[in-house]
Amino acid sequence: MNVTAHTLHAALLTLSLTIAACDGRQNAGETPAGLEPAEVITVDGSSTVFPITEAAAEEFQRAHAGMRITVGISGTGGGFQKFCRGEIDLADASRPIRPTEAAACAKAGVQFIEIPVAYDGLAVVVNPKNTWATSMTVAELRKMWEPAAQGQIMRWSQVRAGWPDRELHLFGAGVDSGTFDYFTEAIAGKEGQSRGDYTSSEDDNVIVQGVSGDENALGYFGYAYYEENRDKLKLVAIDDGDDANGKGPILPSPETVENGTYRPLSRPIFIYPKVKSLDRPEVKSFIDFYLTKGIPLVREVGYIPLKDREYEIVRRRFNRRKTGSMYQGTDSHSQMTLEQRLAQ
Amino acid sequence: MSTTAPTAGGSAGRHRPRHAGDRLLSAVGLLCMLLALAALAALVYDVAHDGLRRLSWQFITSYPSRNPERAGILAALVGSLYVVGLTAAIAVPLGVGAAIHLEEYGGRGRVSRLIEVNIANLAGVPSIIYGLLGLGLFVRAMRMERSVLAGACTLALLALPVIIISTREALRTVPKSLREASFALGATKWQTIQYQVLPAAFPGILTGLILALSRTIGETAPLITIGALTYVPFLPTDIWSPFTVLPIQIFNWVSRPQAAFAENAAAGIVVLLALLLLMNAVAIVLRDRFQRRAAG
Amino acid sequence: MTRFRTRTIVEFAIEKALFLCAAGSILVTAGIIFVLFFETAAFLREVPILEFLFGTEWTPLFYDKHFGALPLMAGTLLVSAIAMAVALPAGLLTAIYLSEYAAGGVRRVVRPVLEVLAGVPTVVYGYFALQFVTPLLQSFVPGLAGFNALSPGIVMGIMILPLISSLSEDALHGVPNGLREGAYALGSTRMQTALRVVLPAAFSGISAAAILAASRAIGETMIVAIAAGQQPRLTLDPRVPVETMTAYIVQVSLGDTPAGTLEYRTIFAVGMLLFLSTFALNLVSHWLRNRFREEYA
Repeated sequence: MNVTAHTLHAALLTLSLTIAACDGRQNAGETPAGLEPAEVITVDGSSTVFPITEAAAEEFQRAHAGMRITVGISGTGGGFQKFCRGEIDLADASRPIRPTEAAACAKAGVQFIEIPVAYDGLAVVVNPKNTWATSMTVAELRKMWEPAAQGQIMRWSQVRAGWPDRELHLFGAGVDSGTFDYFTEAIAGKEGQSRGDYTSSEDDNVIVQGVSGDENALGYFGYAYYEENRDKLKLVAIDDGDDANGKGPILPSPETVENGTYRPLSRPIFIYPKVKSLDRPEVKSFIDFYLTKGIPLVREVGYIPLKDREYEIVRRRFNRRKTGSMYQGTDSHSQMTLEQRLAQ
Repeated sequence: MSTTAPTAGGSAGRHRPRHAGDRLLSAVGLLCMLLALAALAALVYDVAHDGLRRLSWQFITSYPSRNPERAGILAALVGSLYVVGLTAAIAVPLGVGAAIHLEEYGGRGRVSRLIEVNIANLAGVPSIIYGLLGLGLFVRAMRMERSVLAGACTLALLALPVIIISTREALRTVPKSLREASFALGATKWQTIQYQVLPAAFPGILTGLILALSRTIGETAPLITIGALTYVPFLPTDIWSPFTVLPIQIFNWVSRPQAAFAENAAAGIVVLLALLLLMNAVAIVLRDRFQRRAAG
Repeated sequence: MTRFRTRTIVEFAIEKALFLCAAGSILVTAGIIFVLFFETAAFLREVPILEFLFGTEWTPLFYDKHFGALPLMAGTLLVSAIAMAVALPAGLLTAIYLSEYAAGGVRRVVRPVLEVLAGVPTVVYGYFALQFVTPLLQSFVPGLAGFNALSPGIVMGIMILPLISSLSEDALHGVPNGLREGAYALGSTRMQTALRVVLPAAFSGISAAAILAASRAIGETMIVAIAAGQQPRLTLDPRVPVETMTAYIVQVSLGDTPAGTLEYRTIFAVGMLLFLSTFALNLVSHWLRNRFREEYA
């Protein structure tokens, strides 16, 4: 047979295989049951939590051959949207699930378990060549970042008198990011309240690159990203004006985050597994792995582990399949410690 | 007014410029050309310098990792090959078929002209627009989600105009006399195409196909738009699998600020360029082989 | 059935199948236009078109929403202008050199090598811009930020240079020798011939090349996504982060955009803007090229 016939045959064969594969599909978004011993475990959400989940997924896949886990970084908000549509098994989140998101999940029949996995201190960073901004107050951060600053506060000298009259280049989280939600609520008082004229990205690496390459830059992201890039960045100490928990400006560090003096920018970060996915043995075993062998990874990537007894309570809640969020009704900045909340 | 007059045959450039302005223009032109070549050399040197020391068997056979020394491009490499293979399976029959129609059957009618203009325009549409089409049509409307199939369909649309144009060029090189001789012997139109025209044009068609597909391997933007992931530490098992490809893995590593990941990105680029070089070399070798066979 | 009848049916079927393949390409264009149009129309129902086209702030995802696409257009134009400023003179001069001065052997070697520049994947160029060109520029350009428009602009210029040089060279080559010989006969130097006779004659072909290159620059994504930044900013300063239309689409795609929301529609509205501008440029380029061919065919 000649070349044309060969080509046509090959094309027809491929086409028919494709159509056959189409028929095998049951519903959109799910691979056919029984085709593989372990389906892909899909994770998506916060880029703050990503380093921990990535580490846990990597170690889990090395320990158990054949396991397949994908981890995306659509941002906490993006992750919850996918989660409440039932598209992913696990949502990474750097803030608790909102009541509206929980309602959307309930409406779609998606049940979840809220699992805090670590503490994070939101680090405010500047370029190492920045000699003037060694500390800032919450009020100054608010002046810099609130919606009214859009188009108005464009120079360092406008934030604090005495600072140089240089352009202010801001880098921060994108709107789908839990870091964004947390920062805006802690600094501007309400979630989502931020100016829009800055370099925004759900990928914290972009913020690191931006700040490290620009003398006039300031940015914020999860503490782990500072740890990873110490040689390129400089931390700004934050003064929350409340002497009761630490006098004066405080730098974030594992100690200050753990003992609560780094305020208001300390927070727990979470993972949210879908209850229905826990029926799959591979998903359950991954979460078990996360909450046991994954704990040392928390410090390795630069976050602060919860206290041992807090992890015990978390594990117990998981094993008992305690669904729902601990943060319904109250705002996440109330003075309850995590341990108190977990005990509820 | 100058008195120097170079002999006729001007543009073959065999004469050294004698007038001062002549020499200046020639020098400036030469300088620009050398600068362009120097830029290419700088690019290759920079990538090779950063990437070659990272390149190793371990790098090629490892999965992505948070640890740059452990990270590798296996998933991306296999993903790229898988996606390009599927893209070829979709785009080649459609593209070659369309080109055959336009060259052999198409009249000078308005529909044919419209299709021709349309294809020429499609070839110039930015690749990210194809990504948007893929997002709206394949991922959302047809519910393929972030699968190899959605990626391949999107890239197939991107490659189609290029394949059609290059196949048409190849078909045009076949002399009319060949077709007419075939008709004179009583063959039908399709028999002529199948047994005479296509084999004769085959080397050119093949070269065009491989070049079009090698451009597809380097495409990043459309796949990002349809949602290809960056952390995929396994090989795709079927057309519905999530996947990643070489350019996206490189993009992910470039975006990470740690210097060690920049090395990984450079090594990934070396692999990508090597793959492209391989494909282009295969194209040239195959074309020469078939040309020799046709001539002999 | 006779073999003749079978053959006729087969012939007919094949002919129609091939026609469908070709006509399918129309479906692709229709698909692009439909998808873009549908979502843009939905977008424009909520955002007035004047604000979209002429507004100066682009913060569609934030609390204080503004949907003015001018900053994105400015970012795109700034980077593309820098790219053209690099590629047009360099590419044209290279083309003049190769066409009018260089020996045949040089042309045969240099042209394919320049084609290689055009074939390098754009993500590689993005890497080059961020890792090599930006630090290099930072050493002598004051105040150059890590993300800026200058570095990707220059690299993009390098990328489109082969396009301008090879298409311009084709145009210059297409000018009949008779014109050159006439000029030489009147005593012109090579430079006078090249600049005053050949170049004007090839003008429409060269403009076609330049416009096509500009269209390519406008539609380029990865170089700017990696090296130009993600801050929509209405500025002409090439040293600061900007955001192009293409980089915005990538930025939003990297997050999550549920279908049907206004945020999802913004990427299609911006995509529509991008599509229309490159489409218009490509049409002008083709028209110029056809006119050139008619003049000298």
